[in-house]
Amino acid sequence: MTERSVSGGQSVGAVLRESLITGVVALLLFAPLTGVSLSGYTLEGHWQRPVWLAGWVVLGRFAFGWLRARGHLVGRLSGRPKAGSALLASWIEAHRTFLLLALCVVALILPWFIGKYWLNVAILAWIYVLLALGLNIVVGLAGLLDLGFVAFYAVGAYGYALGFKYLDLSFWAALPFGALLAACFGVMLGFPVLRMHGDYLAIVTLGFGEIIRLVLNNWMDFTGGPNGVRVPFPSFFGIEFGRKAQPGHVTVHEYFQVPFSNEYRDIFLYLLLMIVVGGLVFVIRRLRRMPLGRNWEALREDEIACRSLGIQPVTVKLSAFGLGAMTGGVGGVFFAASQGFVNPTSFTFMESAHILAIVILGGMGSTAGVIAAAVILTVLPEALRDFAEYRGLLFGCAMVLMMVWRPRGLMGARRARFDRSGVA
Amino acid sequence: MNRPAILELRGVDVAHGRTPVLHGVSLTVGRGEIVTLIGANGAGKSTLLMAIFGLPSVSRGEVWFDGQPITRLPTHRVARLGLAQVPEGRRIFPGMTVLENLVMGSMVGEKDEAALARIHALFPLLRERGGQRAGTLSGGEQQMLAIGRALMSRPRLLLLDEPSLGLAPLMIRRIFQALREIVAEGTTLFLVEQNANQALRLADRGYVLANGRIVLEGSGLALLADPEVRRAYLGGH
Ligand SMILES: Nc1ncnc2c1ncn2[C@@H]1O[C@H](COP(=O)(O)OP(=O)(O)OP(=O)(O)O)[C@@H](O)[C@H]1O
Ligand SMILES: [Mg+2]
Repeated sequence: MTERSVSGGQSVGAVLRESLITGVVALLLFAPLTGVSLSGYTLEGHWQRPVWLAGWVVLGRFAFGWLRARGHLVGRLSGRPKAGSALLASWIEAHRTFLLLALCVVALILPWFIGKYWLNVAILAWIYVLLALGLNIVVGLAGLLDLGFVAFYAVGAYGYALGFKYLDLSFWAALPFGALLAACFGVMLGFPVLRMHGDYLAIVTLGFGEIIRLVLNNWMDFTGGPNGVRVPFPSFFGIEFGRKAQPGHVTVHEYFQVPFSNEYRDIFLYLLLMIVVGGLVFVIRRLRRMPLGRNWEALREDEIACRSLGIQPVTVKLSAFGLGAMTGGVGGVFFAASQGFVNPTSFTFMESAHILAIVILGGMGSTAGVIAAAVILTVLPEALRDFAEYRGLLFGCAMVLMMVWRPRGLMGARRARFDRSGVA
Repeated sequence: MNRPAILELRGVDVAHGRTPVLHGVSLTVGRGEIVTLIGANGAGKSTLLMAIFGLPSVSRGEVWFDGQPITRLPTHRVARLGLAQVPEGRRIFPGMTVLENLVMGSMVGEKDEAALARIHALFPLLRERGGQRAGTLSGGEQQMLAIGRALMSRPRLLLLDEPSLGLAPLMIRRIFQALREIVAEGTTLFLVEQNANQALRLADRGYVLANGRIVLEGSGLALLADPEVRRAYLGGH
């Protein structure tokens, strides 16, 4: 199929002409709107503003037209243009590897330039990616609606905080410790709710999340209650990120002979989180192709059929709960490390709802969609700080619109398929 | 009935919660036989098939498979012994592809290429549609898939619940032809059917279930000729 011949395709020249016309129109529109402003009693001209805006319009129009001319944005079988979001999805599909690489490079470079504030936002975004991927195993893949996921997040965070307080655990010991502890809690929750489905399961997990928070809040002697617990910052092979090293250790700025800045610590956390998320994505990809992953999905679709096919639902469900909880626990350890302090107010039901929203928005079961949604839902509210009062409203509207336009999430659920070669 | 029994029910009672459904049901299926169970709607046929798998569990009596009691075994353990079931309503996995559905059938989840090839030979359509989402198959195609999935575990005994339900005559003939081939390859069949005519013609022996009790048994042809059966289940005179 030649791409040019698809209806709606245009030559590059035509696209260029169209873009320029759009630009002229935009210039005419923007000039009176943005080109002059009132300053006191006099009018000031800002000729560069409309030019900039029109320039962006030209670029955007050109990019859109060009992609369409290349045939990427046109329904290939029907020749009928698809809806905008579906076009985007198919374009992403076509350039997967390249996009992935580009994104990785950008993500690697980003932390060095965005400054302390946005660095912290970015770390939070990565933590949400981690949490959402964990919940996605439980809800998206295994189909078990968990409204108390924050419990495992809290267990991980407190696992590090209290582990340090009582057992003198370092960050590196707390990572596996928090993960295992959370996994144990996941299995512990999993056992009693094995027979439950849908609404009942949702309510019990919701209760579980609240129980954990209330215990943390009220067990003053052990957890410090609402006062929280201080958490030390991680070190890197004995190299510390503080201003002054503990006796017998060195700090980063001494080691690399650079001036002190506590951004290094955040950059370190950022990069570490990136590695952990990368590893998790890899593991999830593998699992979905393995019998366990397929059993999760089959169990989601029909439990009775699964059982009469010889699948033991207990192990399958518990493994989903355990793995999801473990991921949540790791997220918690990172959260504690990045904040330097934990207290129970970070682990309310709103947090569970937020993570669930990410999973639903990203498209249940879709790894890429969930990652994108986690980043968007963390960064966007920060970017919209100026509209603080309307944030909830905007968020709600976005959610409703999403459900109307793309009920299956940003990416829809793309499922691992068998290789058909050797069969067909 | 001179063959060794592969499946045997001895005085089995089954209830759905508090509602008793089966009362003292006894029957045997011999190795290599085709046995059919017919009965009116609500007689308890589907309940009987599921009860063999422990869903719901048998409240009194015993179920034996291949010389071993399976009365109290959990469902997945029963399934691993070499029984497979094509349940009422097919219960395929609609969101998974045809091929994935088949692979789900092969016990430990390994892709059993030989079993797959055999099923593809039996139902070539399942090979052609390997990548299609199972939920988008037609009813008859889904039935083939359900049978194929059950066969993936290479069962010694295959239980089928109304494989002809809702299918056109041509499709029914194809399914029954496939069942004959399955038997020829050495699998034993226990078949629940509304379509008594076809089922009794195919079967060596048959049982009639009414209100949760076995009321009649005999060879397929004898039941076909039985005036009572003709009146009640074959719409004859
Ligand atoms: N899950 C259940 N809970 C309560 N009662 C049930 C349940 N399933 C079946 N029953 C009842 O058990 C009786 C037998 O049902 P069953 O499905 O075994 O009938 P059947 O012989 O397969 O009928 P059909 O030919 O219509 O499929 C019916 O009266 C039905 O209402
Ligand atoms: Mg039935």
